[in-house]
Amino acid sequence: MNALRRHRALSRIWASDPGFRGWFTTVNHNDVGRMFIVTSVFFFLVGGILAMLIRAQLATPRSAFVGPEIYNQIFTMHGTIMMFLFAIPLIEGVAIYLLPKLLGTRDLAYPRLTAFGYWCYVFGGSMLLFSLLVGIAPDSGWFLYPPLSSTLGQPGINSDFWLLGITFVEISAIAAAVEITVTVLRYRAPGMSLTRMPVLAWYLLVTVVMILTGFPPLILGSILLELERAFGMPFFQVEHGGDSLLWQHLFWLFGHPEVYIIFLPAAGVISTILPVMARTTLLGYGWVVAAAIALGVLSFGLWVHHMYVTGIPHMGVAFFSAASTLVAVPTAVQVFAWIGTLWKGQPQLRLPMLWILGFFVTFVIGGLTGVMVAIVPFDAQVHDTYFIVAHLHYVLVGGFVFPMMAALYYWLPHVTGRKRFFKLGEAAFWLIFLGFHVTFLALHWVGLLGMRRRIYTFDSGQGWELVNLISSIGGFVATIGFGLVLVDIIVNAVVATRGVRNPWGAGTLEWAMPTPPPAYTFASLPSVSERDPLLKEPRLGVGLAKGEGFLGDPSRGRRETLCVETASGRPAYLVTFPDNSALPFALSAVTGGIFLGMLLKAYWLIPLSILGIVALGVRWVWTTGADRDRGPMDVGRGVSLIPAEEAEDPPGWWGSVFLLLADATLFGSLLFGYAFLWTVAPNWPPPSYLAPDPVAAVLAAVGGLVAVAAFRLAARALEQGGSAIGWLILAALGAGAVGAAAISVMVARPDFTAHAYDATLWVIAGYVLLHAALAVLMALFLAARGWLGFLGPRRRGPVRVGQIWADYLLVVAAIGLGAAWLPGAFA
Amino acid sequence: MDTLSTVHPAGPAAAVVAVMWWVLLVGSTLIFLFVMILLAAAFRQRSAPIGPAHDSGRERLWIMGLGLAFPLTVLAALLAYGLVVGERLAPKPHPDLVTVGAEASQWTWRFTYADAPGRETWNVLHIPAGRPVDVEITTTDVIHAFWVPRLAGKLDAIPGHVNVLRIEADEPGEYHGVSSEFSGPGYRNRRFLVVAHPAADWTAFLNGEGMDE
Repeated sequence: MNALRRHRALSRIWASDPGFRGWFTTVNHNDVGRMFIVTSVFFFLVGGILAMLIRAQLATPRSAFVGPEIYNQIFTMHGTIMMFLFAIPLIEGVAIYLLPKLLGTRDLAYPRLTAFGYWCYVFGGSMLLFSLLVGIAPDSGWFLYPPLSSTLGQPGINSDFWLLGITFVEISAIAAAVEITVTVLRYRAPGMSLTRMPVLAWYLLVTVVMILTGFPPLILGSILLELERAFGMPFFQVEHGGDSLLWQHLFWLFGHPEVYIIFLPAAGVISTILPVMARTTLLGYGWVVAAAIALGVLSFGLWVHHMYVTGIPHMGVAFFSAASTLVAVPTAVQVFAWIGTLWKGQPQLRLPMLWILGFFVTFVIGGLTGVMVAIVPFDAQVHDTYFIVAHLHYVLVGGFVFPMMAALYYWLPHVTGRKRFFKLGEAAFWLIFLGFHVTFLALHWVGLLGMRRRIYTFDSGQGWELVNLISSIGGFVATIGFGLVLVDIIVNAVVATRGVRNPWGAGTLEWAMPTPPPAYTFASLPSVSERDPLLKEPRLGVGLAKGEGFLGDPSRGRRETLCVETASGRPAYLVTFPDNSALPFALSAVTGGIFLGMLLKAYWLIPLSILGIVALGVRWVWTTGADRDRGPMDVGRGVSLIPAEEAEDPPGWWGSVFLLLADATLFGSLLFGYAFLWTVAPNWPPPSYLAPDPVAAVLAAVGGLVAVAAFRLAARALEQGGSAIGWLILAALGAGAVGAAAISVMVARPDFTAHAYDATLWVIAGYVLLHAALAVLMALFLAARGWLGFLGPRRRGPVRVGQIWADYLLVVAAIGLGAAWLPGAFA
Repeated sequence: MDTLSTVHPAGPAAAVVAVMWWVLLVGSTLIFLFVMILLAAAFRQRSAPIGPAHDSGRERLWIMGLGLAFPLTVLAALLAYGLVVGERLAPKPHPDLVTVGAEASQWTWRFTYADAPGRETWNVLHIPAGRPVDVEITTTDVIHAFWVPRLAGKLDAIPGHVNVLRIEADEPGEYHGVSSEFSGPGYRNRRFLVVAHPAADWTAFLNGEGMDE
């Protein structure tokens, strides 16, 4: 089989559906990655227009352009859109598009999940966009502090759009994070050990693990605040045992890692592009990876620096001040590693490099002002002034947007397969770079002169007029620059000439394929023996197209790739990906029913949606697996591997582990909230405690242990060639007993509006109930699969997936129900 | 002009922070210029030794030296400076201490005086000049913040909590204050005034003389 026939055969196997339908059924990372990127750029334009409205309003004192009601919506939505609907989705899009190619594989771990995440993002984002268009957008600031954002300050529907829309969008972040984690750990080219991984893959791995542990506190906070608004559960109302500070902790437990979640992928892009632009390799690969990991860890110890002025005790503030300054160290390691790389090589001033220089100038200033505001007494003066506005834009635009522009121009030839012909990009760079600094540099000064954030207009005579006028002019100059970039991209994508395959002379694998990339990426998978395979073997791509790598034979007619062992990169098993499917679109639409039901207070929609989710979820998982043991299969180059469903740790098991990491963080946040209210909220302890219920406790303990044991016995029965069905039904009964115990807690404290204590019990019990229901569903699903012959002596993996969910149920039931009953037992 | 300026301090707390700002600005500017010079120098024409053989020496210089040792030294000094200043600004017992209450609501401030029980003023806080004043800050509805930029940094008013801020005015006079935590549509006009009195006038105020509010 020659290269062209292989290309045709693989293209047939991997092709998305033609035409309009293809948009809704594609699960290919090329398509979904580009859809993510284009959609996030659309939201960047919307957020940019809002920024222009802000600068138009503030250009002159006493402006009559908009009043406070509209202005409050504008700045709230500007921040919300830029953070949640632009930055994070853009990162997801770039990661989805690039990762399989960087790692030398053919797609992400769960192609349908990629698409599901995209549609959740579109639907959640549309909710927010709708609210903006009809003038009922959230208006309490992007951080949505209660009581202002709760029923006291915002009785309308505005805050609900934020809480529900953003939570809907967060589903896509969690989905992408789970699958990127598993992809980086398992879906790589054979031979690509962790130490040979492209540095961007390391950065993305750190980023997504941070998403898994950073986003759940916000998701929990949003759920709690929405429950307060919809049903009067008083988590943040001080007179009923709540505390508004709880929201601030949960929000910034997410909010500060969020800053690094945005910065790290950009730093990864710089670590990738900068050495190529300097015709050398990255200085201190190990140090840079260690710095990225250190940044990820440290960023979870900083959240309180957004709360210096909330009256946190002095010693606590000192600790967080130390942590906040310390985080500058790994950042400095990276910055100097990059400059050292430039010294080591021969840097060339091509367009991506120009953007990286823009990054250096801007980000260093933002970093230095960041160190300033980490100092508590200084922060107490500039907090909530334009000094902070200037600082955060230096960090986010300098540290994220500029590197992303470098990425755009660096990978554009990869996406379009064309050479940039019209050189509008350089002019656009100068307009944006200069426009940005004109906009924000002097805003530091008006902040020091006492100009607060979020005021819709200001009086003359305080020395603010000139700076604001200059700032507005700079803003419009930068906007023209962004417009020019858009024109540049479209023109060059449409009419420029065909380019060569690896225009920058880079060493990473994404350049070892035809451009624009085919749906299957690599015609055969490379075998990797160093960090920059293309530097040593520039014609690697040609050999791969000829089928010299793994899986070069498309005769099985399925979408196939390999999983490797995590550390060594040795091939482990063969994965068959699902085909095109409308399920992701349908499932996210049905999921939207829950959010719509909450938003419109049409609560009947919620149980209907849950039924729909269960039905589609079963349909989704049903299509995986095989109805007989297949045994090892040929994957090329003389190697045979078992299929995924016969592995001890199939992809579903790895995905469950990392989804449970996020889930456990959410549960941990919930327990943190419980303990926080108990110790800090003024109106505690509650008037009365939940009486311990020995019957329910025994039910939960026995049920949980039975479920955990029954899954293990089911796996053993399969191994010995027997049937697992009886054990799985027993596991379902055990999990059901746990659920009944959780319900007993709710029944015992029916009035969840009485005190934050009661409301918290309901949420804890609800959480246990949800996981009991999941375990029941999984056990019954597996029993049905076993009945139809989809489980066997070799195909025990699915049972092991169910088993860790049962294990997790036992843990959360013990901790959650224990935390509910113990105070009453001791009182 | 300059009524809300943090760089025109009129009290000890604000003065310390204003000095701090100039120190931070000078230090940051030097570091910024240093980094920019290193960056620019990378582009000079030269025949650099290529290859991993020299990388360990480079890592010592760029990563251990500039990346680790340099920021650790600077940051340790800075952190110590910040903590010492923070400690000095914290409310501590003082023989001349005056205590007042500040209760925010959408969108007014109600001030009370420990030395004159029952006395209330609205949107104007009276204090003695030259004496430390502890402001006990709270709120009846949403979160607000008490900020008199020329006297001291800000502190939030949180429902159900009382936060204490130490302020002091060097000279008698009027000082503008604003609420600096976003609080809804009326946020922009969340202003108040702090009037610092000479000792005699303060006694008169406490005795209820000459006040028509």
